[in-house]
Amino acid sequence: MTEFNFELTKEIELLRLVTVGSVDDGKSTLIGRLLVDTKGAFEDQLMAVRKKKGTTHVSSAAEIDLAMLTDGLAAEREQGITIDVAYRYFATPKRKFIMADCPGHEQYTRNMVTGSSTANAAIILIDARHGVLPQTKRHTHILGLLGIPHLIVAINKMDLVDYDQAAFEKIRKEMQEYCAKQGIKDLICTPMSALTGDMVTIRGDKMDWYKGDTLLETLESMSVLDDLDEKPFRMPVQLVNRPQTADLPDYRGFMGTIASGTVKVGDSLVVMPSGKTSTVKEIVAFDGNLEEAFSPQSITITLNDNIDISRGDMLVHAGEQTTGEKQLTANVCWIGDEALENRKKYIIKHTTTQVKALVSEVNFKRDIHSLEREEATALAMNEIGQVTFKLQQPLCCDPYADNRVTGSFIIIDGFTNNTVGAGMIV
Amino acid sequence: MSKHKLTQLKALEAESIHIIREVVAEFRNPVMLYSVGKDSSVLVHLARKAFYPAPLPFSLLHVDTGFKFKEMYEFRDAFCEEIGADLIVKRNEDAIAKGMNPKEFGVARCCGALKTGALLKSLEEGGYDAAFGGARRDEEKSRAKERVFSMRDEFGQWDPKNQRPELWNIYNGRIHDGESVRVFPISNWTEMDIWSYIRDENIPIVPLYFAKERPMIERGEMLIPYYEENKDQLLEGEAPKMIMSRFRTLGCSPCTGAVRSDATNMDEIVIEAAAARRSERETRIIDHGSNSMEDKKKEGYF
Repeated sequence: MTEFNFELTKEIELLRLVTVGSVDDGKSTLIGRLLVDTKGAFEDQLMAVRKKKGTTHVSSAAEIDLAMLTDGLAAEREQGITIDVAYRYFATPKRKFIMADCPGHEQYTRNMVTGSSTANAAIILIDARHGVLPQTKRHTHILGLLGIPHLIVAINKMDLVDYDQAAFEKIRKEMQEYCAKQGIKDLICTPMSALTGDMVTIRGDKMDWYKGDTLLETLESMSVLDDLDEKPFRMPVQLVNRPQTADLPDYRGFMGTIASGTVKVGDSLVVMPSGKTSTVKEIVAFDGNLEEAFSPQSITITLNDNIDISRGDMLVHAGEQTTGEKQLTANVCWIGDEALENRKKYIIKHTTTQVKALVSEVNFKRDIHSLEREEATALAMNEIGQVTFKLQQPLCCDPYADNRVTGSFIIIDGFTNNTVGAGMIV
Repeated sequence: MSKHKLTQLKALEAESIHIIREVVAEFRNPVMLYSVGKDSSVLVHLARKAFYPAPLPFSLLHVDTGFKFKEMYEFRDAFCEEIGADLIVKRNEDAIAKGMNPKEFGVARCCGALKTGALLKSLEEGGYDAAFGGARRDEEKSRAKERVFSMRDEFGQWDPKNQRPELWNIYNGRIHDGESVRVFPISNWTEMDIWSYIRDENIPIVPLYFAKERPMIERGEMLIPYYEENKDQLLEGEAPKMIMSRFRTLGCSPCTGAVRSDATNMDEIVIEAAAARRSERETRIIDHGSNSMEDKKKEGYF
């Protein structure tokens, strides 16, 4: 006990993962397996989902219903399906993982978009008996659109195809071809059995023909760098801090999360969209002021000049301004009950700004099987297409391919207040 | 670790501060629920960091059942005084006057009146449109499905089948009159993260979290704290005994168990948390029974 390494708890990195798959691909079982084998699930939680109610101790994963561990809502356990995104946590000595478990039902694609938007890596589950399904393609396409840097194809239930290498190779080839068409390069395919644990956390002795890493080894070793700190500095202003107390009568701090890049004391900044300029006086922090800050830190900046800045403005470095136009074109995943249509009005929330937006044109929608463009004037629930919006105010933004933070927005229905779409600026 | 890489705790901290600031920017009248426990201590610490050097721009609301440990009341008052927080304490006085207690009326009814009932009433009375809470997704399986911004209807109730999608770190705070949100800035923290962060940041917590010889009633596998004032808790044949123990979570004294432990400082608590094989909610009687947390959450509980 005395040898506990505290530095370890400080140094570990965070990897945000998403798992997607069709109904019955064994996703819940895979997650249950990862939780049990990394000790991310506690004994009393395991006891609650053990198969034989009489047992008093759970020693192996085979004794518990792994899927029951992750289906948290009563309706899910009744129907034996996963309805909503669940977030799971597990850690190894190298990394902490936040895993969004996304349902595979077609009608719940919106949850998949939700769970994937923050992920650095995705695990796509495929049942080795059934191969690549339409849902698999839709999900892979969405992951590509959302710019998930690393995709892992988990070809599961190998135990049900006698651990047959040819079955694995066939699916691998099909996925590689499908991904290549969409420009997804970083793809790892792993055969496994979530039920037995082979190639998940242990190698097992059934698939010696596979020379790659186990799933857990891949998760622990893959790059988590998103290189956002190397991109141009962007800080959308969330709030202006004006305490106006006796000690701080004139203090004005600009609070925000650094979307990308780094900022130092003394840097010349431009305020978008006004174009006003100043220099950084202090980077204020509770534990002592900083000389430098970087993405994704949440900070407070004070400036050397008293200029007008409010929520929704963006601080950038001189010479690295964003575009700011009253029109934008974006890839849109539609997740609202009512279709998006030409001429309809919505509210767009982009970083810390909300603007009114009018659909000036649906440019096309994409057939998720062929990936071909189809002519369209509307996007129904779960459809994906490219849309041009006319904006009431200009937005300071970047293409999504350059910056996942300043290139993304949500679409809100002004009448219901629901979130109805996800946009990625082209 | 490279120069521009945050450790996972600092990444969680940045995410939580972002969420707290979004709420203050977009809501008219937010309040922070303060339960005096370790998660609340972390939540308040994050809020102080978010608005430093300004004071907290919202009040702390303690929904008190009257059944908290006396060490919790002492800690609460001293801590809020020290950090200059505006503390509001609300209780369901009607139910307390009628002698509501878990032993006679049952845990579900007692919680319903003293916690959920009092919470909904105080949120309504205060006219709060957003309430921060310290719930974590790793605590319990229905909480694993909770959004960071959790919509509540005019009755303060949760509909797990109709949650708003939450994309990137863009939160939709638009609500209709009468609706409100519960906001969970530490959704992505685990128990281990909480203890490690308290240790790294020297955050003050109630002394009951540290192991000490305490009078306890042993009942099955549970350790129930014994106090002179509530000796009527003793069942036949039971007698209090001094046991080296501490609390992993703090709730109401009749319904919160202790665990045997020798962890007297933060280093030892972190080691114990890392080795724990049973979840912290196990010591909370309210969670037991089928779907109990999910049902409570639908009714308006945190």
